[in-house]
Amino acid sequence: MYNPDQILSNNSGSKVPPLEGFREAYILHLADTTLILSQRNSEWCGHGPVLEQDIAITNISLDLLGQSRNFYQYAAQLINDSNRVGGEVTEDKLAYLRKEREFKNLLLVEQQNGDWGQTILRQYLFSQYQYLLFEKLQQSSDEQLAAIAAKSLKETKYHVRWSSEWVIRLGDGTEESHSRMQQAITELWPYTGEMFEPADYEIAFGIDLLSIKNSWDEKVKNIFDEAMLPIPPLGGGGAVFMQSGGKEGRHTEQLGYIITELQYMQRTYPDSEW
Amino acid sequence: MQESDLYKNKSNIEQPGSLKVPPLEGFREAIRQILDSVTDPEIPVLTIADLGIIRDIKINDDRIEVIITPTYNGCPAMDMISMNIKMALLEQGYKNVKVTSVLSPAWTTDWMTEDGKRKLKEYGIAAPDKKFSIPKDGVECPQCHSANTRLISEFGSTACKALYQCNDCKEPFDYFKCH
Repeated sequence: MYNPDQILSNNSGSKVPPLEGFREAYILHLADTTLILSQRNSEWCGHGPVLEQDIAITNISLDLLGQSRNFYQYAAQLINDSNRVGGEVTEDKLAYLRKEREFKNLLLVEQQNGDWGQTILRQYLFSQYQYLLFEKLQQSSDEQLAAIAAKSLKETKYHVRWSSEWVIRLGDGTEESHSRMQQAITELWPYTGEMFEPADYEIAFGIDLLSIKNSWDEKVKNIFDEAMLPIPPLGGGGAVFMQSGGKEGRHTEQLGYIITELQYMQRTYPDSEW
Repeated sequence: MQESDLYKNKSNIEQPGSLKVPPLEGFREAIRQILDSVTDPEIPVLTIADLGIIRDIKINDDRIEVIITPTYNGCPAMDMISMNIKMALLEQGYKNVKVTSVLSPAWTTDWMTEDGKRKLKEYGIAAPDKKFSIPKDGVECPQCHSANTRLISEFGSTACKALYQCNDCKEPFDYFKCH
């Protein structure tokens, strides 16, 4: 049974009633995942290897931020409509005032940028997943979710193309770039399993992650083959142990640092606005 | 927007007897003309009508709801456009204005007007072209009209543009991507 979090409890200081049903939880999972990857990519702003790619990664960051705003606005509306909290929940409150354990983002997107290769690989592994997922979600009977997915898909298509081209360029590049991509795979692969491991709210929402997994496996293999990169073994003795927990709020140590930076202004100067 | 046209329309509303069109249509048209003064803050030659982001104008007594659709999810110009719509209408005396953003159906560059595409080119930005829905070399240079151009990056100065350079006149330029 899904145990709803108690978001915004830090504001009232007292016990608040459960805020979320499975729908709100799922929308927040999508919102948090896109927000955290956006935040991570934005760290490259002004530090990209060349100007054009600096602009590219920050453009992707902006797309993801826009997507996360749509999800947070929708989640806020659902929470407000359910009348489970006193006071109005807003997109900003959801992003700036929830605690680490209340964030439901995938572990993959909170991982450190590392070098350019690691950032590229993280983007590709996620964008490929997001593309397949949003293709499904645009058919959802939840009209607002379907609208956000259909709208985002146009952007995600670009992200997949851009990041997969870079995976190939670096994997099939120099000895140095190839070995760095192999290192990036070692770093990030343990966080890919979680994408396909459904949380209770995904099961309740009827998300079929298995069919997405099959397509994802195939597409990633094609790109890795072209990039001359090996896919880590899926089973047997050499199989990589897969980390999980992010969807339920159990994160790696990375997330705390991200949230500290992300929420600093709002925590220091409550209710401040631009 | 011609000021005299606007007043003509406004007086039409005040004197329904002289109308050739139903009063509500005349009202809506007057609002539409005011919205023609609202431009994209990033590409000031394009009006929001040229961009094709005005979805609907709803009128209920003195309440006006302008329904728009975002170009890109994270486009920072959208908040600005929303505010400018309210300001433009307020300047003409319309106080009760709400701007609503809807996502579905998702905006596409197919909704950009031909006039808008012409203005883009004159401004120095290559207009969306179906042949280059996936950006690749060869988009016509808006400066010297050569097709001998190369794609530098699929991402440009804003989310909606890709970066090119002309091999003939050597000028770098933006291409407004198909979306």
